[in-house]
Amino acid sequence: MGSPAGSQGPVRRLVTAAVALIAAMGLATACGSGDGGSGDGGSGGGGGRAADAKGVDDGTTLTMWTRAATRPQSEALVKAYNASHENKVELTVIPTDDYQAKVGAAAGSRDLPDLFASDVVFVPNYTSSSLFADLTDRIDALPFADDLAQSHIKAGTYEDKKYVVPHTLDLSVLFYNKDLYRRAKLDPEKPPATLAEWDEQARAVDALGGGVNGTFFGGNCGGCGVFTWWPSIWAAGEDVLNEDGTEATLDSATAKKVYDTYRGWVDDDIVAPGARDETGATWTGVFPKGKVGVMPMPSTTLGLMPKDLDLGVAPIPGPDGGKSTFVGGDAIGISATSESADQAWNFLAWSLGDEAQVDVVAAHKDVVARTDLASNKHSAADPRLVTINKLVADGHTPYALKFGQTFNDPNGPWLTLMRDAVFGDGASVDKDNDAVSASLAD
Amino acid sequence: MQVRASRKVQGLGYAAPTAVFVAVFFLLPLLLVGQMSLNDWPLLAGDQGGNAPENYTDVTDGPLFWPAVRFTLLYTGIVTVVLLGLALLLALLVQESRPGAGFFRTVYFLPGALGLASASLLFWGLYSPTTGPLSRALERLGLVDDPVSFLGSPTSALLSTVFLVVWKFAGFYMLILLVGLQRIPHEVYEAARIDGASRAQIFRGITLPLLKPSLALSLLLCVTGSLLAFDQFFVLTKGGPDNSTVTVVQLVYREAFQRLDLGTAAALSIIVLAALLLLNALQFRGLRRADES
Repeated sequence: MGSPAGSQGPVRRLVTAAVALIAAMGLATACGSGDGGSGDGGSGGGGGRAADAKGVDDGTTLTMWTRAATRPQSEALVKAYNASHENKVELTVIPTDDYQAKVGAAAGSRDLPDLFASDVVFVPNYTSSSLFADLTDRIDALPFADDLAQSHIKAGTYEDKKYVVPHTLDLSVLFYNKDLYRRAKLDPEKPPATLAEWDEQARAVDALGGGVNGTFFGGNCGGCGVFTWWPSIWAAGEDVLNEDGTEATLDSATAKKVYDTYRGWVDDDIVAPGARDETGATWTGVFPKGKVGVMPMPSTTLGLMPKDLDLGVAPIPGPDGGKSTFVGGDAIGISATSESADQAWNFLAWSLGDEAQVDVVAAHKDVVARTDLASNKHSAADPRLVTINKLVADGHTPYALKFGQTFNDPNGPWLTLMRDAVFGDGASVDKDNDAVSASLAD
Repeated sequence: MQVRASRKVQGLGYAAPTAVFVAVFFLLPLLLVGQMSLNDWPLLAGDQGGNAPENYTDVTDGPLFWPAVRFTLLYTGIVTVVLLGLALLLALLVQESRPGAGFFRTVYFLPGALGLASASLLFWGLYSPTTGPLSRALERLGLVDDPVSFLGSPTSALLSTVFLVVWKFAGFYMLILLVGLQRIPHEVYEAARIDGASRAQIFRGITLPLLKPSLALSLLLCVTGSLLAFDQFFVLTKGGPDNSTVTVVQLVYREAFQRLDLGTAAALSIIVLAALLLLNALQFRGLRRADES
């Protein structure tokens, strides 16, 4: 009885499920079937003319994409530009996790916006796939070309052509809670200068008890590890990747020293609860609660900290001193398919100018994209900003074509290394590093 | 003759919209996916020419492939047993039309009205050891000393996800089984009772056999849905901790949007599709045989 209904349903269900699966792929197919970027195309290729330095402001509406992680910075810049220019930029903010997929799909169907920003570590993917228009001549024509954050420019240079400019800079720095330092009888003006001092100070704060913890990190978040752990290795004067980003040395003695320190914090419960599970979604939300002594944080969060939190900023040190930072954030370029490249460049050139950098970026307590503006009227009022701005020169932006799938992928080999090294016994770091290298060379 | 021909045209006319729909949204994409799976096809650069069968071997040689297959099967097994068992229990509970039954039917069904991704996000918040209320409530009650990490170990992550899925879908399957239960004529029960059958005997001898079509439907839906599990793991665990909860469809996503390779993603999709067709054919055969006996 009832067998017709009983067998029709499942068939249709199965077909529906299959359709869903296939449709998802089909979507990607439809997008992928365009013939990719055809060279550097579009009207932007020209360059060289004098007008190019400033671009064109003729009331064009420009589309722009950015990821949620750097939304406040992009919004502030766009708002200030729209208020003072004929051109209008329409900003679309896309969830950070979906950004790569969205750009990939749009690239295939040639639906990219005029301007799109990208996490600087993914820029090589886009430059090597010809998604950006060549900006070499336009960038070189800027009077302050040499003062632009060079690590971003370098990440956006492919086969000797420059494709992007820095959009928002996000540096990893130590935040430390001065109130907790005082309570723990530590000098609030003496942040750690070596990893060993960081270890001592974190433990001293942790000893306060009562829900106070020494430090915190995103232990289930590859991107967090890259951003906050690597500076300790760079600070020792070592590198983590080879020149063309196809081989890793994350098993060096220095790297192991860094992992050992973090493992010590885990073993002795110096870390705030949740580190092992932290996938990166909430890792910056722990420090502002005021219960953590000292931890690496993104510089972009400085302006978002509670007003009553007395916090100091210091560079991330290496095992025996030194300092470095991960120069992250977003770089931005004009898409190769944009028909308003001159107008789009007007926005970019303006965004790097003195006015935008000082009155918008620096006023928002963010890192300026130009080293010649490291000391400005806003940073003068807040020495922490000078500390951060000056770090740009000591920082690195790693370059690898397979960066995302190796280091950011939650199922990628780097996260395995991180977790083995810190939550395990660290015995498999060498083997894990081979897996990282294999993924980079894939 | 004339009449029959016009009826034929009429029939074609009725069938055409569906046929077009199926062709455009199913067959065409299927062919495209098939083609993609045979070509080197990076997400950002597009078709780079044939490389068959490299995409297929790349996928099956990947370190996560077999663990993902095993995990997907394990998850499907657990979810199917727990979900259908609980759904049957709920259906039996609210089967009779007595006062209040409508209320409970609605309550049990309510979570099913939520989208799976939204429900997953809700549970992600609930489970969070740092910001979630569940862990804090347990601490306040003095049941635990440290924050509970519901998604922190492979086992707890799996069970926490199963709990979400059961919470979300139990009401839906209850509804299917309820319809089946209510189709069983009262006379059969009465006759059994007059013959002095016990409750257990009635359940085994009457309810279960007569419920078989509904159970079969639930089984098929549940197995197919679980084998294609994605949203709940993508939101809750992202395949972690330590790659312990990677499902096969998550691998498809990973190939396409982390590794930016549509070719291998398509190859994996084809493999999943083939496996699903095979499994469903087997299930159909098994159920039909059971039906005949």
